[in-house]
Parts: sequence; C-alpha cells; structure tokens
Amino acid sequence: MRRLGLRARLVVAFVLVTVLGAAAAAWSSAGSASAALVTATQARLCESIAGQVGAVAPQLTYPPDQEALDRLRAAVGPDTLVTYRGLRSGTDNGLATGALRAAVRNGDRLVTQRVTAGDRPWLLVGTPVMITAPDGTRTASGIEVYAVRDLTAVEAQIDDLTRSAATTAALALPLALLLALLAAGSVLRPVRTLRDTARRLAAGDLDARSPPRGADELAELTATVNEMAESVQASMAAMRRMQADARRFAADVSHELRTPLSTLTAVVEVLAATTDGMAPDARESAQLAITETHRLVRLVEDLMEVSRFDAGTAHLRVEEVDVAGAVRDCLRARGWLDRVELVAADGVESRVVLRADRRRLDVMVANLVGNALRHGAPPVRVHVRADPAWVWLEVTDGGPGLPEHVLPHVFDRFYKADAARTRTPGSGLGLAIALENARLHGGDVTAGNTGAGGGARFVLRLPREGV
Amino acid sequence: MDILDGVAAILLIEDDPLLRRGLQLALGRHGHDVRTAGAGEEGLRELRADLPDLVVLDLMLPGVDGIEVCRRIRATSEVPVIMLTARGDDFDVVGGLAAGADDYVVKPAQPTVLDARIRAVLRRAAGTADGVRVHGDLRIDTTALTVSLRGGPVALTPTELRLLLTLSRAPGRVFSRQQLLEEVWEHDYLGDSRLVDNCVQRLRAKIEASAANPEYVRTVRGFGYRFGPV
Repeated sequence: MRRLGLRARLVVAFVLVTVLGAAAAAWSSAGSASAALVTATQARLCESIAGQVGAVAPQLTYPPDQEALDRLRAAVGPDTLVTYRGLRSGTDNGLATGALRAAVRNGDRLVTQRVTAGDRPWLLVGTPVMITAPDGTRTASGIEVYAVRDLTAVEAQIDDLTRSAATTAALALPLALLLALLAAGSVLRPVRTLRDTARRLAAGDLDARSPPRGADELAELTATVNEMAESVQASMAAMRRMQADARRFAADVSHELRTPLSTLTAVVEVLAATTDGMAPDARESAQLAITETHRLVRLVEDLMEVSRFDAGTAHLRVEEVDVAGAVRDCLRARGWLDRVELVAADGVESRVVLRADRRRLDVMVANLVGNALRHGAPPVRVHVRADPAWVWLEVTDGGPGLPEHVLPHVFDRFYKADAARTRTPGSGLGLAIALENARLHGGDVTAGNTGAGGGARFVLRLPREGV
Repeated sequence: MDILDGVAAILLIEDDPLLRRGLQLALGRHGHDVRTAGAGEEGLRELRADLPDLVVLDLMLPGVDGIEVCRRIRATSEVPVIMLTARGDDFDVVGGLAAGADDYVVKPAQPTVLDARIRAVLRRAAGTADGVRVHGDLRIDTTALTVSLRGGPVALTPTELRLLLTLSRAPGRVFSRQQLLEEVWEHDYLGDSRLVDNCVQRLRAKIEASAANPEYVRTVRGFGYRFGPV
C-alpha cells in the first residue's frame, strides 16, 4: 500500500484527536446531565407520591375497607394500585415485579424501580403506608401503594442532550480539519522550501539556499543543508578555478610557443634547402631538427585547438559541404588517395550534402584516417552513409583492431594504446580533437571493431542540418 | 619588378625581431626583396618612403595594431596586404579583412605557403587581356587593367580587380565562393569564404550606386555571386 504523505498523515491525526476529544467531552457532559435529570425527576415523583399518600393515610380507618382504598388510590392519581391483604383498588398493570412487591412488603420505606414496557420507560414506585402510634413508633399498616409514572418526557430530554452532544462533535469536524490543514501547512512549508532547495542543488544550482526560520529541528536541518551547499559550492569553485588556471596555462604556453615556432618554421626551410653540401652527421642533425620542428608545430597547433575547446571559444563556420567531395579533397591534400578506399554505401544519393564547418570536417576526417593509417593495417576504407537526418562516415582498417581495455580510452588526450610505442608521429590529440569537433557539430565519434576481420572501426556521425 | 621572375619588393611588418629576421631570410631565399619594420608607425613610414609591391603584416603589433595599420594603408594605397594571424582568432581575421586585407596566412606560417600566397596575389595584377568590356556605366579595360565608372577612374586593389575580371568574363554565370577562391585567390579546397564576401563588399562600395541593391556584382543566395547581366 502506498504510504500517505506527511501532510495527509498530520491532518488525519489532528482531526482524529480533535473530534475524539470533542465527542468524549460532549458525551460525558451529556451523560452526567442525563443522570442528574433522571435522579431529579425520580425524586420529584417519589416525593409527590409520598406526600399524597402521607396526606390521606392519617384519615384512614384501620383496617381499611374497599372505600378507603379507593380514596387513597384516587388521591395518588391514575395508574395506581392500592392493596391491603385481599383487597385491591385500581388496575394491576403487571409492571410491579415480585421483587418490588417483596421489598415494599418487608420494608418500611418507599422503593423505586425503572422498567421499560411497550418501548417506553417507566418508573415504578411502591410504598407501604405506615401508621404512626401516639408514642412515635411507626408500624406497617399492611396497605401498599404501587404507582407507575411515565418517564418518556425525561428520556426525550436526555435524547436531546445526546443529540446536541453529537452535533457539537460533528460541528468540530470541519473546524478541526481547517485547523489541521493550517497547522500542517505551517509545519510543512519549511519542509517544502527545503525540498525545493535540495532539488535546485541537485540540479546544479549551487546558489540555492533556504532561509532558516525559528529554532526548531527544521531550522537546524535547514541550516545544515545550507552549510553543506556552501561547502560544495566552495569546493566546486576551487575546482573550477584550478581547471581554468590549468587551461589558461596550457593556452598561454601554446600561445607563447607560437612565435618561436614561427621563427623555427621559417628558418628550417632555409636549412632544408642547404643540407646537400653538409657533412653526413650535420645533414642528419639538420634533418632531425626539421622533422622535429614540424612535429612540434603540429603538437602546439593541436594543443591550441584543444584549449579552445576547453575554453569554449571554438566556433563553427557552417556552410554546405558535399561529404564525399570533402573526404576526397582531404585525402588528396595529404597524398592518401592511393592508400584509402572511399566507398559510398548502396542507395546513397550520389551527392550527400551536409551543413558543417569545412575546415573542422577536414580535421575530423584527416585525424580518423591518419589514425587508421598509422595504427591499423591496409585496407583502410571510408564508408559514407546517410539518412535524411544524419551522415555517417565510417573509417575501418584491416589491422588487429582495438583491444577491449583500450576502447574506453581511445579518445583520451595523449592516450597511447601501446606503452612501449610512445613515439608515434601523431600528437596524441587527434582522436580527442575529432571527438570535440564532432560534438561541436552536434554529432559524435564512436570507436569499435569490425565484426569479421577484427579491424578497428571509427564512426563519425554528424547531423545533416548542422547545429 | 618582374612578377614572372618572382622578384617582388616586400615590406614585412612584424614586431618579434627573430621571427622578422627568420621570415626575411626565408622569403629572401624565395627570391623576394624584403624590407622590414618592427612596429606599425615604422611600417607606415617605410610604406610612404618607398611603395612596395606587397605588405606582409602581423596583426599582433604593439602600439598601433595590425588592423589599424591595414586601414591606414588602404586609406592611401591599393598595395596588396597579406596578414599573419593566429588560428582560431576569428576576430582578427574578420577585422583584418574588413580593414581591406587581401589574404591571410595562419601562424606558424611555412615560408613556402606564404610565398605561394604572395605570388598568387601578385599574379592578380597580370591577366590575359581580351580588350575592353563595357557593361552599363562600367568600363573594364583588360589590357591596361583599369576600370572606370561613368568616365571616372576607379582605384581597385589587384584582388578586387581580379574578382571583377573573373566575374565579368562571363556575365550571368554563377560562381560559387569555392570557385572564386580557387580562381582569384588560388586557394585550395579549404579556402575561407569570408575572403570572397569581404572583397565583394569592398568592390561594391567602389562601383555600385547602391551596395544594398547591387547592379553589377549580384548575390545568388545559397550559391555565390554572378556579374549582371546589366
């Protein structure tokens, strides 16, 4: 069963307590009022009967005759039975029980009993008529008076009291509900505020705080949550600062390297043109310097490209590009046309047009194909596939493929699959840059292996309409 | 100067002394006669003293920056300007092109690439002559390489002139930006189409009555540009 919410539980508990309290109070006051009412009525009736009997009794002759009994009965009123040994006056309605009769016969006092007959409450009063001798002693005359009095009116009054008690309790219900809602609201408002704050924090809004009110447990909890948010925010800020510092450092280093590298680039060409006349060791040294300068240039260019991605300053210049044409241009410019096979999948229209940054597409293709040529084995193929929304460029090679443990890291910066072979001609940033470029276009690059031959397969996916 | 022999008088404005010397050596080996200046004002003085065939201008200059230098050069002269910029510095590229630069090369620039660009720019001043073309008020003399509008001469940079010659060679034909980059700028397939757009704007400012409603160099949305027909 689904558990009720805190609010519902609070309201239910509050209403139950209030209504039960109101009902108990009304019920007990109605009860005691009824008891008092019954006692008073009973006493009044008894007193009146005793008075009537007492008024007539001294005038009676003893032993009484039928006429005396009739007189006594008439004095007491209707529904009365007067007996003396065998004589009786009035009707015996059968209400007087044997126990009552015995109590009257053997006692010297008035006795009462309440009974219900014919769905109506009755009060039975029985009293012996006492004779007071001149010396003050009282003896039973043998005359017994039994009277029956209707208690319906009293009962009705009691019913009224009970009803009004129930009404009071019922009236308390909506009031209690209202109060309960208000109370639950005031208790739950800070809880809800705290929940909203926690939700905003979880969503990354680290500025979210809730003002603690009062000095209760909720206020303490709120203060604690605020402290937690504060410290998380501080750590995040520190981390961001360090990351930004590191990125700026990388960008600054790359930038500072650019001018000396420009000089080196300019002069190694002069050097390259003059190596013919050099001694063999000097020529080899010059050639090493030239090669390494070009490598350094590539590395710094890649580093600067990466730092632009990190700084979020990499921008797209989108235009319409014919994919197959762009791939062919890329391969031709790098002299790879005879080492790479360009395949258009069946059913692809002859010209797949894509909205993309021409230079960045060239970089992606060059980096993926360059990676396959360096680390894979022939045949290196580029497949072009397209549907109305996406273009896929699939670069496969015939090499051994990527080991399982390498797959999660192929796009890591400077990741070298083979630790022993650290000096590859690439910058170690090519695949990372390809991925960043793809993401900038709203696409991605995935790495895997071809099913059958086991060669590596990189799939570049780009949206045709650009971002 | 004989362009076909490849000897050009070049003014190199670059603040870093080692790079300045390195580029001077390398361009010298490509057969150019390179003068240098270390700052913008000095470069402008050199320019006034003796007008070179072409200026190679670093955009990151102390004092008067490269874009401002380029603007001041354009104010007085149609001498071709090639900028040296940092890759990814789109702000510089756009600013430099708007200031009237003809082309740009990204640093670190290989002298071979820079030399190719220099020669391509200089070749724009020479062309295959096929007489005089008259289109409306515009008169293009392909032999003398002069342009006049309603009888008055129009001063065009070699790049603007080459663009106009290329477009007006086939009035009504649509040229894509890539085609123009290859024909006018002699760039490879990765040419920057902003070069074309900027040059078209500058050309329109000089020959069109209304740049917003051009009569000669018209935009074909989604494809490129076309000349007339007038």
